[in-house]
Amino acid sequence: MATIQGATGEWEMVIGLEVHAQVTSEAKLFSGAATAFGAEPNTQVSLVDAAMPGMLPVINEQAVAQAVRTGLGLKAKINLTSVFDRKNYFYPDLPQGYQISQFTQPIVGKGVVTLDMPGGERREIGITRLHLEQDAGKSLHDQHPTQTYVDLNRSGIALMEIVSDPDIRSPEEAGVYLRKLRAILRYLGTCDGNMDEGSMRADVNVSMRRPGEDYGTRCEIKNVNSVRFVQQAIEYEAQRQVDILEDGGTIVQETRLFDSNKGTTRTMRTKEDSHDYRYFPDPDLLPLTLTQDYVDEIAKSLPELPDEKKARFVSEFSLPEDDAGVLVAERERAEYFEAVAQGRNAKLAANWVVRDLVGALNKAGRGISETPVSAEALGGLLDLLSDDTISGRIAKDVFEEMFATGKVAAEIVEEKGLKQVTDTGAIESVIDEVLDENTGKVAEYKDGKEKLFGFFVGQVMKKSGGKANPKIVNEILRGKLGD
Amino acid sequence: MSDLTGLSVSGAREGLAKGDFTSLELTEAHIAAIDAADGLNAFVSKTPDLARERAALSDKRRASGEAGLMEGIPIGVKDLFCTEGVLTTAGSHILDGFEPPYDSTVTANLWREGAVMLGKTNMDEFAMGSSNETSYYGPVLNPWRRPGDNRSLVPGGSSGGSAAAVAARIVPAAIGTDTGGSIRQPAAFTGTVGLKPTYGRCSRWGIVAFASSLDQAGPMARSVRDCAILLRAMAGFDAKDSTSVDTPVPDYEAALTGEVTGLKIGIPAEYKVDGMPGEVERLWQQGVDWLRGAGAEIVDISLPHTRYALPTYYIVAPAEASSNLARYDGVRYGLRVPGERLDDMYEKTRAAGFGAEVKRRVLMGTYVLSAGYYDAYYLKAQKVRTLIKRDFIEAFEKVDAILTPTTPTPAFAVGERVDDPIAMYLNDILTVPANMAGLPGISVPAGLSDDGLPLGLQVLGKAFDEETVLRVGHVLEGAAAFDARPDPWWRAD
Repeated sequence: MATIQGATGEWEMVIGLEVHAQVTSEAKLFSGAATAFGAEPNTQVSLVDAAMPGMLPVINEQAVAQAVRTGLGLKAKINLTSVFDRKNYFYPDLPQGYQISQFTQPIVGKGVVTLDMPGGERREIGITRLHLEQDAGKSLHDQHPTQTYVDLNRSGIALMEIVSDPDIRSPEEAGVYLRKLRAILRYLGTCDGNMDEGSMRADVNVSMRRPGEDYGTRCEIKNVNSVRFVQQAIEYEAQRQVDILEDGGTIVQETRLFDSNKGTTRTMRTKEDSHDYRYFPDPDLLPLTLTQDYVDEIAKSLPELPDEKKARFVSEFSLPEDDAGVLVAERERAEYFEAVAQGRNAKLAANWVVRDLVGALNKAGRGISETPVSAEALGGLLDLLSDDTISGRIAKDVFEEMFATGKVAAEIVEEKGLKQVTDTGAIESVIDEVLDENTGKVAEYKDGKEKLFGFFVGQVMKKSGGKANPKIVNEILRGKLGD
Repeated sequence: MSDLTGLSVSGAREGLAKGDFTSLELTEAHIAAIDAADGLNAFVSKTPDLARERAALSDKRRASGEAGLMEGIPIGVKDLFCTEGVLTTAGSHILDGFEPPYDSTVTANLWREGAVMLGKTNMDEFAMGSSNETSYYGPVLNPWRRPGDNRSLVPGGSSGGSAAAVAARIVPAAIGTDTGGSIRQPAAFTGTVGLKPTYGRCSRWGIVAFASSLDQAGPMARSVRDCAILLRAMAGFDAKDSTSVDTPVPDYEAALTGEVTGLKIGIPAEYKVDGMPGEVERLWQQGVDWLRGAGAEIVDISLPHTRYALPTYYIVAPAEASSNLARYDGVRYGLRVPGERLDDMYEKTRAAGFGAEVKRRVLMGTYVLSAGYYDAYYLKAQKVRTLIKRDFIEAFEKVDAILTPTTPTPAFAVGERVDDPIAMYLNDILTVPANMAGLPGISVPAGLSDDGLPLGLQVLGKAFDEETVLRVGHVLEGAAAFDARPDPWWRAD
């Protein structure tokens, strides 16, 4: 819980998020037009999307299945009857003059998302509802000095609006919630979660209250398109509201816009100017009815979701909670890990994936899908490590090389002659050399300066180019030094 | 006028099949008749070249042994149906210049069955009206006048152009749409037959929407048989319309057995509305007697929520219309009046593009959907609508069809009611309930009023039982033997 300390006492943040997630589907919600990102303006527009006279919407079954799938993934109630309503308002990028949405009877009801906060706290964020709706087109104001251009490619694309309960208490929680929601959607394959391409956007509701008291008046910040911006918007908005309240003012319920350049929010419209959307059931569409069998069939095809996967990694592989959390944050990452761990030491595999691979990818600004080191290749490296072909230290170097060149471990080890020396005779002769060159230190050691043991090991390793098996070095050295 | 223009659809079908004349000849005769009837203002667009082209193609198809259900028969199409490459206005200024790149499903079905389009018929703007006086293209005149009285009468609406064209015999048949009586009322006013099918029977795809939960396309012709022929060609399930119903389309002509023996015909007490003229009541009783005489059993029934149908309709239909007409914003097609800013452009475009009645209904619809009024109006209306449907369901447990007058009065004079919307709306009091319940209904000309104008009787049936509606309508038609014709005052030749 994040609180803001004002002169008159503490203030608690109350945050709710409405996430608009683009449904992964080949066609739009009510037309057969394509939905690919980045197409030339107005090339993915059907007669229905352009609201030509006499055109009628027909529900896309794939979008319905995706919404149900998402609802199940959010452990939510699936409403077997739901209704599409018209939300009426005028705007050039809204050709019909109304958006088809679901108002009083959404397809998905109450659900929950569990957050694992850093530090181990577990928070449950309630899902109020999920409904299907059409996206609008896009107004382009920068193409002409006095006119606005309209691109209808997005017009009619299927969105899921996922509304959280006002259970979020800090910008940090909001970030964890968004990432978790995104992970769930991506596991389910119902939304690609790509915020840059507008596949996920959030409306952020923020209000302040004295801890334990009733909710205060909220402001809604529209259309924020990254996790970082959501957090910045909350920070700014919370402080703005506290400043007003501390001065004895009252919060005006309004819709605000986030300015990502300044990190501030400003008034878009107040409640007095808010639209009267005149919602009513769309008479072109019958109520959407599903059977329980249909829902059960979709439930059967649900993948293992992050929470379940994490619990299994902890119990099955004895991984630490934190590592398991990092591994399941992305479905591809978890799958990668499981491929590496298959038939190998899972803890070792987890360590390498969490620290080395994810670390290197983050540094390179890449996602797991763009990794130059395949799961098979990393497995090959771990095999060389496990059978003592290379030492742990060499393995790190080999990994770096693999990451940089895409070569497999065995090839690098072979090329560079990095195989660990396990020949005791060869190691012994190196040790003898080291001891001969350092007779003074040998004497000191024998006089009780036992810390020097590490120095001898280091010298041996250096002389062997890091290739001597450390275990064998230790054994022989101890013998020679008369332990 | 040649004899070809007096032919019914079934008569033309026979003549074409026998090779007495070609589709091109039949079409040319009607093109000439239409040109000679400009005084009726029944058409917004005439499409003679397209008609000739399609008629010639039809003749070729027939020569090669192919013939659809409407092969070679020319028709008029209400200007609410989108027609590919042909101006489609919905009777409104706001659709100026709009040539859809697509045909409605119903017109496409008709073309597939060989029908030939003569042109787009005039109509009340966006189908909102009961007199055809709200059209941007001017009022349509009823071919009928009171004997000895030269005042122009309205043809009814909103499918007034189609009705007038059929009555004036300048088309063998036409298609219309019926949201609150827009096929049946003008049929009654013009002495023609008009059928509104069950909601979901004909696809709404490509028909400019007025009130989506009520709109339904249907045939308008000079005989019940002709309506049966047309309906079969128009109807059918369409995956592009989610409210279209996937049920087989029967051969409606086969239902015209001339037999009603044993059928139970309901007479709803509530349809005897206040101030119903004696002539209408007498005709209704005449209809009862005809059917009883033909062997039907007459049953008194009650449809208790009838009196709420019209007020409820005037909440539901404008509500849907206010939203359906939002797309006419000057951005993508039709009229645009430039403005300083966006809102300015919207306001100027819609102010110039919509007529007074459309504005009135958009305002009413916006009002009843507004926050704070929704529950009292729209939601309440939906509940009443459910009760109206239930009335019919209960009635149809006892009877096979229901007989009522189509309209409370015969046609009235142009200009007589334009300033009194309520009086205008009351025209639809007997037709609206069937739309609210989604049921099929037919209007059949059954006699003349005291001052010599046509009056219609309406037969309502169970959902998707157009066959019984047609069968009863056919028997009434036979009994009434309505053969009066308007004096062709409009003829320019």
